[in-house]
Amino acid sequence: MATTIDQVFVNLKLWAVGLFPAAWQPLVSALLSIIAIIGVFATLFAITTILERKGLGRIQNRYGPNRVGPCGILQPMADGIKAIIKEDVVPRSADKLVHFLAPVVLVAPVFLVYSVLPVGRNMTPLDLDAGVLFFFAIGATTELAVFMAGWASHNKYSLLGAMRAIAQMISYEVPLLLSTVPVIMAVGSLSTVRIVAAQTGYVGWLPRWFVFTPWGLAGFILFVIAATAESNRSPFDLPEGESEIIAGYFIEYSGFKFALFFLGEYLGLFAVSGLAITLFLGGWSAPLSFLTWIPSWVWFFAKLLAMIGAFIWVRGTVPRLRMDQLMNFAWKFMLPMALINILAVAVWRYLPAGFWRWPACAGVVWLPYLALGRGLAGSKRVTKRVYRYAA
Amino acid sequence: MLGEGILKGMVETARNFFGSYRSRERLVTVQYPEERLPMKENARNFPFLVYDGVDAEKGLRCVACKICEKECPPQCIYIILERDEKGKPQKHPKVFDIDLSVCMSCQICVEVCPFDAIKMDTEFELSCADRFGGLLVHKPQLAKSNEYYHQLHPADAEEVDARLAAEKAKAEAKAKAAVAPSTAKPPSVPRPTPAK
Repeated sequence: MATTIDQVFVNLKLWAVGLFPAAWQPLVSALLSIIAIIGVFATLFAITTILERKGLGRIQNRYGPNRVGPCGILQPMADGIKAIIKEDVVPRSADKLVHFLAPVVLVAPVFLVYSVLPVGRNMTPLDLDAGVLFFFAIGATTELAVFMAGWASHNKYSLLGAMRAIAQMISYEVPLLLSTVPVIMAVGSLSTVRIVAAQTGYVGWLPRWFVFTPWGLAGFILFVIAATAESNRSPFDLPEGESEIIAGYFIEYSGFKFALFFLGEYLGLFAVSGLAITLFLGGWSAPLSFLTWIPSWVWFFAKLLAMIGAFIWVRGTVPRLRMDQLMNFAWKFMLPMALINILAVAVWRYLPAGFWRWPACAGVVWLPYLALGRGLAGSKRVTKRVYRYAA
Repeated sequence: MLGEGILKGMVETARNFFGSYRSRERLVTVQYPEERLPMKENARNFPFLVYDGVDAEKGLRCVACKICEKECPPQCIYIILERDEKGKPQKHPKVFDIDLSVCMSCQICVEVCPFDAIKMDTEFELSCADRFGGLLVHKPQLAKSNEYYHQLHPADAEEVDARLAAEKAKAEAKAKAAVAPSTAKPPSVPRPTPAK
């Protein structure tokens, strides 16, 4: 029974594909996967917008939206209708074609990267041998879309926002990639399916997820920080920066194009959260061995929602960074830590399994962390402010 | 240690999040259409015309002197003086319109009115579907009774009533004095010499 429910979508797809002649089957299979991805993740986007607004409201001791439908749960529909019926304004001096293409170029690759995420047992739309590589290669195109939007709008704020976005995304791409390297080293494969398979076992009733190893925890934290920056979320939302460059690269977008940017941003967040789950949180595997009767896809989406909740929590807590702080953090902290983490996984790999490799590996990560933290904090002393011109 | 402050902050926001579900005192938002804050006594939004007695048309204090029309900074007041058949002014407005979309609630009309005829209303839910005609408020809608004014601003209304009564009493006394010694000459006031 449990396996039937676990595999219900797989079997449903196999049955639907079987209805078509053999020549059409690959195409139909791909189309079904695409429909499923678009349907599921677009719905998740709608759910997330209301969750985020409610959650942020509660964090700030407000109610959040509570007017549309019971407790405001129909707010996403109202937002969607509003976005569709709004006028689409294109600036007269804008580069019309690029201005139109930018949101499309942003959203399409984001949907593409979902194809390598294993959302359940046997539920990977595209099981590539170089799945992680594919993810990052496609994921990097969002930078292009952001710069297209900023450039084509012909507006100084949007160009500033786009330039910030490029600087930020390229800087954080490096630690993002490097923090995945330990996992790939430990598994010995770039395939997302094999990475999840390597984490499915249990020790007693505890899972063997990578996040429960010293290098995995460090890698997970680094990955999540870099992912926050990659998806332009607070505290790394400098490209938008409402208070300084009013909306950054999508200032000149209105109506449905604006909604597409929003969609792209959130879908990017889900994708990168999904990859974090795949790499560090055991993908679709249950967190405790006696919970395996719950379908694998339920676990994936439960973990995804937990990740989204954590992102909302961080957004409600941390104020926006300054540009120099952002860059310092990327190059002086994230990059060294990611490199040290690679060393840590090597220590883990070559020490014999047993108690001692835990403190050894933890020490390799922890001591540089303390030293770096002290070094970064020590450079700026709080002193009395000196006024040079005022008496 | 690096990152300690962020963890503390996250504990604080989590406390807010769960606390807002547990204690309602944390939620300071007033759910406007259902709940309202009591109106402040000095609240003001849009002018209205005060009338005494029961007949809104007859009891209007306004004498159509047009001071408010001239003083109004955005010029949203429009007044036409009533005249009888012979063209004699009647000390009564024939037309008194205020454009709601232009009025900026500055209360200058109230301050300049020598007859206490125009006062500020506290009604603020004035939206309407007609953008042009609907926002032009005419005399019948503007005229509101003195009792209504008492409800809105009790202290101010008392003061105005007392002042008006005193002025009326003074005027009556003066009229009586003028009637009784009818032969008495009015005091001669030296005309001010024009400045050179």
